[in-house]
Amino acid sequence: MIDIPRLPLADWIDEGLDALTDQFAPATKLVSDLVETGIESAVDGLMWLPPWLTILLVSALAWRLAGRRTALLSLFGFALLWNLGLWEPTLQTLVLVLIATLVAVAIGAPLGILAAISGGVYRVLFPILDFMQTMPAFVYLIPAIPFFGLGPVAAVFSTVIFAMPPAIRLTTLGIRQVPADLVEAADAFGSTKWQKLVKVQLPLAIPTIMAGINQTIMLALSMVVIAAMIGAQGLGGEVWRAIQRNEAGMGFEAGLAVVVLAMVLDRITQGIIRNRRSPAN
Amino acid sequence: MSEIQSVKIAVRGLTKIFGDAPEDALDLLHKGETKQTIFERTGQTVGVADANFDVYEGEILVVMGLSGSGKSSLIRCLNRLNEPTSGEILIDGQDIVGLKHRDLLQVRRRKFGMVFQHFALFPHRTIQQNVEYGLEIQGVAPEERAEKALTALSQVGLESSVDSYPDQLSGGMQQRVGLARALAVEPDVLLMDEAFSALDPLIRRDMQQELIALQSRMRKTIVFITHDLDEALFLGNRIILMKDARIEQVGTAEDILSNPATTYVERFVAEVDKTKLLTAGAVMRKTRTVAFVNDGPRTVLRKMEDEDLNLLFVVESDFTLRGVVRDDAALKAVQRGERGIQEIIETSIEPVGIDTPVRELFAPLSESSMPAPVVDDAGRLKGMVVRASLLQGLADQSSATTTEEAA
Repeated sequence: MIDIPRLPLADWIDEGLDALTDQFAPATKLVSDLVETGIESAVDGLMWLPPWLTILLVSALAWRLAGRRTALLSLFGFALLWNLGLWEPTLQTLVLVLIATLVAVAIGAPLGILAAISGGVYRVLFPILDFMQTMPAFVYLIPAIPFFGLGPVAAVFSTVIFAMPPAIRLTTLGIRQVPADLVEAADAFGSTKWQKLVKVQLPLAIPTIMAGINQTIMLALSMVVIAAMIGAQGLGGEVWRAIQRNEAGMGFEAGLAVVVLAMVLDRITQGIIRNRRSPAN
Repeated sequence: MSEIQSVKIAVRGLTKIFGDAPEDALDLLHKGETKQTIFERTGQTVGVADANFDVYEGEILVVMGLSGSGKSSLIRCLNRLNEPTSGEILIDGQDIVGLKHRDLLQVRRRKFGMVFQHFALFPHRTIQQNVEYGLEIQGVAPEERAEKALTALSQVGLESSVDSYPDQLSGGMQQRVGLARALAVEPDVLLMDEAFSALDPLIRRDMQQELIALQSRMRKTIVFITHDLDEALFLGNRIILMKDARIEQVGTAEDILSNPATTYVERFVAEVDKTKLLTAGAVMRKTRTVAFVNDGPRTVLRKMEDEDLNLLFVVESDFTLRGVVRDDAALKAVQRGERGIQEIIETSIEPVGIDTPVRELFAPLSESSMPAPVVDDAGRLKGMVVRASLLQGLADQSSATTTEEAA
């Protein structure tokens, strides 16, 4: 038997990451500080408002965007979380989810557009997305630490990576499924590529892109909970603490809070998608 | 049309091959191989093979053929939605095949308006925004494009529902919007790709008649694609017949019906050929209003006004044909204070016997803008034949026989 040496894949990746960390440490430190300040001030700002007012505001928003049932769900759901003393962690989780989603969409939507327009970008990007989505979520936590240190920024970073694929995929899908004769009509009138994109393809792709954003929010929420392991606060932190202290009841309460948050976010974004379907409004 | 016509679009040696190795297919094509053989040997699909024709200013040129004959590929080459593989397309003398993308966009914006089979209206835009689309991408100011859009919409008889969305309109209305969208950019040439094929038959007939009316008002050059012989005969000043990517024949409806260039064309018009049996009586229109010899000029004028005609046939009380009276003559008679119309009857017209085969009517009708009166054996007026009703009669006959054969 020939002794085949073990492939030092792990070493290579470590070395690569170390090199990257050394290279970009000042930059990542800066980003880290900025984002951390942003997250803290957002949470502080929300905490400064009385909870009942925030709950009413969120319910009113839900009413407008998604109707009465979602408004009632928000009202009673959040009131319950306030009553259980989970108000602050809920807000922390909400802020992390929203920031991660914002970043994921800000990067993902343009990439999705590029992949829809260029076959080359599509062929390179989509296998990477498959890779990103099948890699276990926990793995993303590890490299986040050397870049951003323990804490909410590392959590946001790994969440963005985990939650971005649907934003890219559904943007591409939305643009590609615009009926060919509409694209042809746009061409026949002499549209430039940009005019075609902005006036025809993107507006018609919006319902699909919104569905992608909805999925990104849901994935971000699940990842933000997992990211408690690397120091993200919020509901994930509560769950993590309950595991360590073996307190099932406390863990269940925090888990219930995640469910409530997920349902409200999902219903509101679904409501936005439904409203967009009638272009008259 | 006998006046000298200027060439709007000249197509020379136009070939379009779909596939990744068009050179191989081109070679075989030059050797005279057919579309089928080329596909079997190279896997390349020949869309258009060596097409040569002119489109005259102000005519309706119908390109007709069965599905897969290459007519859609051909029309899309004219504005380079399909990139031609070889050949020239001269629009007002300028070859657009070599144009850079930016110049091509200008040609598409200035020269062409296109109407699509399934309307291809933008569902997220209102009717007005749809019609404004072409102007919007040209950077026309909002007030001006609103004005032009409304003009275009009124040309197609749609002014009321400008703020609706396409899915709120019926198919016929949607295609009017499609037509208005194409007209709004004031193009030289309208490209119409099976524009009426998705409409139900009655609406379709209306749209055909309106297109002809529109064309006679606006003198647009129109290239119209159809797979339907009725439509081709009804609309076309000239018709191009395509089969397997090649042009089989170019000519007027009369040319194609009476001198089919190939056996394919002959077979294609075979059903129409049965119209040897078709007589003037079968294709004539009933004359709803006539002038009687004893009518005064005022009465005659009023009858013309009521029916929106500029001439009337004059008959005796037993409907024996006496001649024809024109509106300008009647008007002058009124001004001169004449009481009868005897002085102004033109008797030089030649009536057509009710049993005359339709075929023999082509020549006289194409020389005259006047309808031909149809009379029975006793010389009594029974109806009249105009060029359009003649062709329509043929077309209806052909579809009727097709249906019978299918049954």
